[in-house]
Amino acid sequence: MKYVDEYRDGELARAIAATIAAEARPERIYRFMEFCGGHTHAISRYGVEDLLPPNVRMIHGPGCPVCVLPVGRIDEAIALARLPDVTLCTYGDLMRVPASGGMSLTKAKAGGADIRMVYSTLDAVRIAENEPDRKVVFFAIGFETTTPPTAMAVLAAQKKGLSNFSIFCNHVLTPAAILAIFESPEVKTLGAVEIDGFVGPAHVSTVIGTRPYEPFARSYRKPVVISGFEPLDVMQSILMLVRQMNEGRAEVENQYIRAVTRDGNLRAQAIVADMFELRESFEWRGLGQVANSALRLRDAYAAFDAERIFPIARSNAQDNPACECGAILRGVKKPAECKLFGTACTPETPMGSCMVSSEGACAAHWTYGRFRDAAKMRAAE
Amino acid sequence: MSGVMRPVGRKLDLKNGRVDLTHGSGGRAMAQLIADIFHVAFDNEWLRRADDQAVFDVPPGRLAMTTDGYVISPLFFPGGDIGSLAVHGTINDIAMSGARPLKLTASFILEEGFALADLKRIADSMGDAARGAGVPIVAGDTKVVERGKADGVFISTAGIGVVPEGLTLSANRAQPGDVVIVSGSMGDHGVAIMSCRENLQFDTDLLSDSAALHELTALMVATAAPSLRLMRDPTRGGLAATLNEIAHQSDVGVRIAEGAIPVKPSVAAACELLGLDPLYVANEGKLVAIVAPEAAQALLAAMRAHPLGAEAAIIGEIVADQNRFVQMTTSFGGGRIVDWLSGEQLPRIC
Amino acid sequence: MCLAIPVKIVELLDDGMARVTMEGVSKVVSVALVEDLEVGDYVILHVGYALSRISSEEAERTLALLREAGAVGAEAAP
Repeated sequence: MKYVDEYRDGELARAIAATIAAEARPERIYRFMEFCGGHTHAISRYGVEDLLPPNVRMIHGPGCPVCVLPVGRIDEAIALARLPDVTLCTYGDLMRVPASGGMSLTKAKAGGADIRMVYSTLDAVRIAENEPDRKVVFFAIGFETTTPPTAMAVLAAQKKGLSNFSIFCNHVLTPAAILAIFESPEVKTLGAVEIDGFVGPAHVSTVIGTRPYEPFARSYRKPVVISGFEPLDVMQSILMLVRQMNEGRAEVENQYIRAVTRDGNLRAQAIVADMFELRESFEWRGLGQVANSALRLRDAYAAFDAERIFPIARSNAQDNPACECGAILRGVKKPAECKLFGTACTPETPMGSCMVSSEGACAAHWTYGRFRDAAKMRAAE
Repeated sequence: MSGVMRPVGRKLDLKNGRVDLTHGSGGRAMAQLIADIFHVAFDNEWLRRADDQAVFDVPPGRLAMTTDGYVISPLFFPGGDIGSLAVHGTINDIAMSGARPLKLTASFILEEGFALADLKRIADSMGDAARGAGVPIVAGDTKVVERGKADGVFISTAGIGVVPEGLTLSANRAQPGDVVIVSGSMGDHGVAIMSCRENLQFDTDLLSDSAALHELTALMVATAAPSLRLMRDPTRGGLAATLNEIAHQSDVGVRIAEGAIPVKPSVAAACELLGLDPLYVANEGKLVAIVAPEAAQALLAAMRAHPLGAEAAIIGEIVADQNRFVQMTTSFGGGRIVDWLSGEQLPRIC
Repeated sequence: MCLAIPVKIVELLDDGMARVTMEGVSKVVSVALVEDLEVGDYVILHVGYALSRISSEEAERTLALLREAGAVGAEAAP
């Protein structure tokens, strides 16, 4: 696969790993947060951490839109799906996320709700067009990568004159999330979580560019490297972060030059800015209420806003009190430190989104980390 | 199936006709459906006798018996249909024990309104598959349910075979040091099916790998019988499910190398597109074999000489592991656990 | 997040759509968000939409940088 296989070369990976090991100063510990869930998934799928020296550690950040969606919003989506004549369209990622009372979209579907999985927002618009008797609601989630596709769907529905298409908007913003991490007590005052640098998201950045990260590098004096998605991209980015730290620099560097520019995709940004506005505040699982971190449709597009069309009650449901997803999302705790991990909470019976989402830290640890722990135990014996 | 009474009256409208409730009621209409569609497609001496059961001699030895249900949607897909899938799948379940498949049965739950043309197409496909494999469909049943109560057609099968003397293949027989072999590329069937699914449409030349494996397994048994521990076909849940089942039943660990697992480029690309892992995607014409190390090379060579094993490859080995992990060295050089999936793998955006 | 893959444009269609392909798998997707695309260009595809054009020059440069990084390590390794 062109532009894919070249960046998965194992031999080159080992060579770069040797470089990282050679350049990482033995007396220092390098802690990097990979913000983007896609990077978490790539790191675990390719076993990148196996190739890093012990003093270079990765902390998994909250860049997984499924993981940060609060339980209450899934409850509300299920409530929408249960309204008469409503067809809820969703990406596959959300189907098994636990909602309140052990419910989920999959279970609600089994109970008779018309919930349909789609690959693209275009499919949801097509359903609305082909089934005029159904009120199609698209469950819109995602960071800035996924917002333009939602916007395009609304524009398509508008152009086709559809009156039966709306979105349930849960789009969130990356810079706001990064800010929330830097401003969280564990990072800011308690020093419980030390983050030396960021691996910045790949495809969010194709849309927003590298410019939005510059204030963080400046104000918090932390290096940021925008990284491509493939494992060699991640390794190169880690090397670039190690070098920045060694040289005392705190800049935004772009490793994903083949797809990301400083300005980003201006057309996509314009379409989104025209259609959406900032919510004053939005609840994030793990981060609580975060100001200016999420989007809603502007008044001009009210006809496509499910929250304005349908009477659904706000759900203030909270996570299972023993669920540590919040702490894990902030990098404060590791999956193995959650009491539910591996016992009540497994991929089979997930209690929280970190386990359901394929890029959640807990799912990643289940797949990858457990045997590493087992290996360490064997080594210790 | 009940006695065939040559019905008087209108011929079955195989072009535009539809299944209706009379076709399941045991009367003339049902007899006509069975005669004109199933008996024509499956034709053999037992069906011609038109008794409620098939009676035949069995060779001496132990019998292997299996049953299966087929509810696949879409009914017709690149490389096959629910009918050929049913024949191949049932034969394969028998063949995995090393047995020679002898006979099949097939029972049909038809939805009211199902097009007779489609039913004929499926039946003909089953007949072809059965004849191609040399395993006749000797008995069956037909029921019709109201519109909405079945997805077009559901097929339920049973199969029997005879196990060679002295051969005991079982998933609890894998031992540390054994070699893991797959008969060919992984993920073809699942991707071929997904390409037809509404809302996931993509175009590909890829065909389902649905095939009867009994000749390949017979060859494998003949080549490596005392050293062969087990064979299993990685259907739902893919290679990952099969390896985890083996690890659990034999109380061992499995270590495989990603680079050694054959995957067609178009399967890899489709999985990238949808965010799926080929290890978890269904196969319908492939098998996994566990064999003692001393017989591995000979077995591999024998498999590669057969058209259904041309791309056979050694992918790893069995190890002692109290955690019963299936661990994979990625082509990247790192390691990961290949876990048992909970539920179906879903396409993802993240 | 953002599972996205590089695909090649094989045909530009009406209404901002295009047929793209990867290793023999082809799909009709939206290219309305990216300007000035031509047949033969590679784009990053996410949930049915092209988000950005892949620059082949920059891709080459990345590979060169990767090899350079690897060379350092190869020398440093025992």
